Amino acid sequence: MLFRTITKENFRKMVEALMENNEVIGPKWRDRDTEGNKIYRFLKLNTFDELQMDYTRSYSSPKNYFLPFKEDLSTYRLEDKDWEQEIHYTIHPRVIIGMRACDINALLKLDQVLVKSAYPNPHYVARRRNTLIIGLDHEPLEDCFCRSMNSDTAFHGFDLFLTDIGEKYFVAINSDTGYMIVNRFDAREVAEDDQRRYKEVKGRIETKFKTQVDVTIVPELMDLEFESDVWKKWGDKCLSCGSCAMVCPTCYCYGIEEHTNLTFTKATKRRVLYSCNLLDFATVAGGHNFRPEAHIRLKYRYYHQFRGFVEAFNQSLCVGCNRCGKACLAGISPKVVIDDLIETEKR
Amino acid sequence: MKYLGITLERPKIGVFSFTGCEGCQLQIANKEETLKDLFGVVEVVNFREISSEGRDDYEIAFVEGSITTESESARVKKIRKQAGTLVAIGACACLGGVNNLKSRFSLPDVVKEVYGTHPIDTGPVRKVKDVVRVDIELPGCPISKPEFEWLVRHLILGIEPQFLQYSVCVECKQRLNSCVFDMGMMCLGPITRAGCNAVCPRNRLGCWGCRGPAEEANFESLMEILRERGFSEEHIAERMNFFNAFGGIL
Repeated sequence: MLFRTITKENFRKMVEALMENNEVIGPKWRDRDTEGNKIYRFLKLNTFDELQMDYTRSYSSPKNYFLPFKEDLSTYRLEDKDWEQEIHYTIHPRVIIGMRACDINALLKLDQVLVKSAYPNPHYVARRRNTLIIGLDHEPLEDCFCRSMNSDTAFHGFDLFLTDIGEKYFVAINSDTGYMIVNRFDAREVAEDDQRRYKEVKGRIETKFKTQVDVTIVPELMDLEFESDVWKKWGDKCLSCGSCAMVCPTCYCYGIEEHTNLTFTKATKRRVLYSCNLLDFATVAGGHNFRPEAHIRLKYRYYHQFRGFVEAFNQSLCVGCNRCGKACLAGISPKVVIDDLIETEKR
Repeated sequence: MKYLGITLERPKIGVFSFTGCEGCQLQIANKEETLKDLFGVVEVVNFREISSEGRDDYEIAFVEGSITTESESARVKKIRKQAGTLVAIGACACLGGVNNLKSRFSLPDVVKEVYGTHPIDTGPVRKVKDVVRVDIELPGCPISKPEFEWLVRHLILGIEPQFLQYSVCVECKQRLNSCVFDMGMMCLGPITRAGCNAVCPRNRLGCWGCRGPAEEANFESLMEILRERGFSEEHIAERMNFFNAFGGIL
């Protein structure tokens, strides 16, 4: 990995230049919560000033820019008894600024399934290849448990990764494209003083992790506590609203819908992101529902995140961003559920 | 009209209005971009809002509004006899809707307040399914035009429509809306059937439940959440009862 620094003024010029030919996504603020805090979302930026480099929490992950909530996989033109299929993988080049280490690690996990598996997802691959990622360091929020999930730092999966060291950004460069872009805006060699400040910032971040989730025995715990009352306790509160999976940076389960237009001359096959917490997730043809109970569905979401994925890829699917916990009106979060399971196991 | 070589029938439809604001009819009539296509695949034989000519040979009847008078009751029964398929459209037809407000007071008091001594044929607010058999309910206040067209396609193809079972939260999160609970507002989105594309929370207004309950909605949990967040019983009851969508919960 190469390191450079770029002044904030030059960073601005760089972003404005990127905006000329790319769709640029970054943290924007839309609303304020009841305590006056800004509510941020990853949205398309129209001007540099909309970009909030000091953003704290984004309520939804930028996953949808790689795995859209709804995506047309193919369209069909229907003529008499015949039909013609059209598939498009191309997307307009895109830049995402401000992704956290956890979100970049989330993409690396999605890559395992959607790029490196036996059946890669060409739509996802197209988006991955056409998206420039500029990451951004931050001081962990009180409920971030990314460190427990080994997702608090990113060493690959991005083009550039920024750390705010005052007047400048300390830039980790991880791709040719990133290198070429940052060099066009007067990126400088890292001076001794820059490196000292970078270490200071990193050191401060180190001390700010407050939330820990003990995941060392979780895959085993999941099996040992398969029949635990903990699932019923939280499942009874679960609204089965699917919010957790929608805001999650790694939940990728989906359904397929087929639609025709009103005149029956065109049809569309559409992929829709779904959630295993939704009532009919496991309903099959004929109407049988394999998981009609909310607590069972909740359990299987945790199973996929903390056990199933570990078995398949030797790592949890969860990155510890706690967006699900923040979005859940019923107060269900990985921290409380796993702590409860561990507590039960001790008894 | 053909679909994959199979000839499709162009059904004759009628749209009928009972007690309501006629906004659902307007939804069908006002989307000009697809109106031509819609009228190409169905034959409208009775639809007062777009044509004064009316015939009674319709196969599918779309019924808007709640049933509140004896004459309405008789008319909807007549429609039921004629129509092969009867679809209740909108919150008033499916749930009673806002009209149901009337049912919270004694009927003579309501009549006296509104009409004084003028004689009037009015009774309790009834959902269409309380009066006649309903084949399909298309929810919403007003109905969603894309969902109406989706339903029409199903009726023409003869496929049973599968309405979304989950709640508004899914669509709300997909639109990257801020959760209105975080902004201190009450919202029935977690227990209300999706399909509206979260139009109210999108515009920073909590959901009022016009589409009725989601399948197996967890009312108890939401009630607990609303109480914990400090919403009063009166406030909760007012919201829950607004469209008469959650009758019997409170």
